[in-house]
Amino acid sequence: MKGFWQKAGTVVGVVFVLLWCLLPVAWIISLSFKSEESITNGNPGFFPSEGTFAGWDNYQAVWDNDQFRRAIFNSIGISLIATVLSVMLATLAAYAIARLEFKGKKAVLSVALGISMFPVVSLVGPLFDMWRTLGLYDTWPGLIIPYMSFTLPLAIWTLTAFFREIPWEMEQAAQVDGATSWQAFRKVIVPLAAPGVFTAAILTFFFAWNDFVFGISLTSTEAARPIPASLSFFVGADPFNRPASLLAAGAVVATVPIIIIVLLFQRKIVAGLTSGAVKG
Amino acid sequence: MTSAALDEPTGKRSGKAAASDRAKAENSLGRKLVAPAVIVMLFVTAFPIARALYLSLFDYWLTAPDDREFTGLDNYVTALTDPLFWTSTGVTVLIMVITVAVELVIGFAFAMVMHRLIFARGIVRTSILIPYGIITVVSGFTWQFAFSGTNGFINGWIPGLDDTYNWFAETTPALVAIMVSEIWKTTPFMSLLLLAGLAQVSEDMLEAAKVDGATWWQRLFKVILPNMRAAIMVAVLFRALDAYRIFDNIFVMTAGAQNTESISFLTYRQVIEQFSLGMGSALSVLLFLSVLLVAVVLVKAFRVDLAQARQEG
Repeated sequence: MKGFWQKAGTVVGVVFVLLWCLLPVAWIISLSFKSEESITNGNPGFFPSEGTFAGWDNYQAVWDNDQFRRAIFNSIGISLIATVLSVMLATLAAYAIARLEFKGKKAVLSVALGISMFPVVSLVGPLFDMWRTLGLYDTWPGLIIPYMSFTLPLAIWTLTAFFREIPWEMEQAAQVDGATSWQAFRKVIVPLAAPGVFTAAILTFFFAWNDFVFGISLTSTEAARPIPASLSFFVGADPFNRPASLLAAGAVVATVPIIIIVLLFQRKIVAGLTSGAVKG
Repeated sequence: MTSAALDEPTGKRSGKAAASDRAKAENSLGRKLVAPAVIVMLFVTAFPIARALYLSLFDYWLTAPDDREFTGLDNYVTALTDPLFWTSTGVTVLIMVITVAVELVIGFAFAMVMHRLIFARGIVRTSILIPYGIITVVSGFTWQFAFSGTNGFINGWIPGLDDTYNWFAETTPALVAIMVSEIWKTTPFMSLLLLAGLAQVSEDMLEAAKVDGATWWQRLFKVILPNMRAAIMVAVLFRALDAYRIFDNIFVMTAGAQNTESISFLTYRQVIEQFSLGMGSALSVLLFLSVLLVAVVLVKAFRVDLAQARQEG
């Protein structure tokens, strides 16, 4: 009897988790198929009501929108570049933290911790000012730099946790055989560390893809505006009368890369999210 | 192998000098490897916040940059005596406390489900990562439209609620909508951290408690929860600080209307919409200090807890 209740509880739990996670996603997909006219008149209900199914019209409209296409391009480019640069710097730092004895190691970890808790909005004013003076306002590097700063802590922690698990005898063996610290790092450790680096890259990419504060305050045109900012500026200032179905289609498009990454790498992401946290 | 054996005598003779040389080289390599990351992190945080500290002492508007005037602490006095500042701080703290509390309960339930799960692990893990990975702005839109009186489904699903009920016309329902979006998006992160903690609770101990006749609730409160205290603290600390900085959902869902402005949103509005760099910088500094305060309070609270736990053990 007890076993039965436990099993039943787990099944109910699984159903609840799946509903919690997927129902809102199903809703936004369903909304993206409601026709645009029906939204203006009011089209309540989870599914498009009779005769208001729009097919791919909203997706076509979103795709034909130059600003949105440009925003996708910006988001992909900026996020990827920020991810690669951030993970490169974090790999060097995490190797040093996990493996070397040096003064200031604690300070580095404290800086990283402090920055991960930093209120991003408090930087908007001074950065806005600085970026305009430096000519970085409304450019790709203007977003890549802050994305790097704010993803480095996460990347450093995740990588440090991974690097601590690596069998370092192999590095020593290489050093005994005459390799320098640098050679041992590059030829022995990098291949072993690649899976951890990859996981850190996924988490970094998620952060950059999700960013909104920098996206709206450090850009002014489609030259660098990423998707989240572009979505929020999609139509005018009135937050109560938006073309919901068009926005829904845009939102779904912006979510597709995330879903693909999650489907391919769920195991790695979970490992990355939990590895740094427990030991920390 | 042979080279190691041959090297050994030399190593022994000049042992001390070699060790300190090595330590020096290691020290310098370590610093060199860390330096780029530290510089990038500080360039975008320490330097701007120092600049905010400086600018906050001026009456400085981007619309009239030449009329910059030193006013000392006037901006701080104005901010701290303005009820708007305290309303947004209150809203922010309210959102933080409620979302973290709800997420802790639901996140723990999710973690229990995932921990006990033998079948469908991949599906559950994949689904739970979707809200985690989704853009906060998208989550905001999803829930704003779901709560909408004209195009949403939630009014129809809640019995006894008028179909055209407007959630965004008053403070409380608007805050509920904002918090639902925030909770939906961030519970998975909480549950994954708690899952990692749950995995560290020893099965033997649970079995022993069961044999001793402990009920399910007793096992939960006397064995499981105390043993995963560290994971709970990390999860709460991270999420609380994150929730205190809430911005995206409010921007998308209400744009601060109906007194739903958070402290982050107020700061943003001062700088970007009002072009008031002096006042905006003062608010930035206050925001920074209040986050620091929340962090210190939480860490202090947890330390006390940790010390108590140690005395008990």
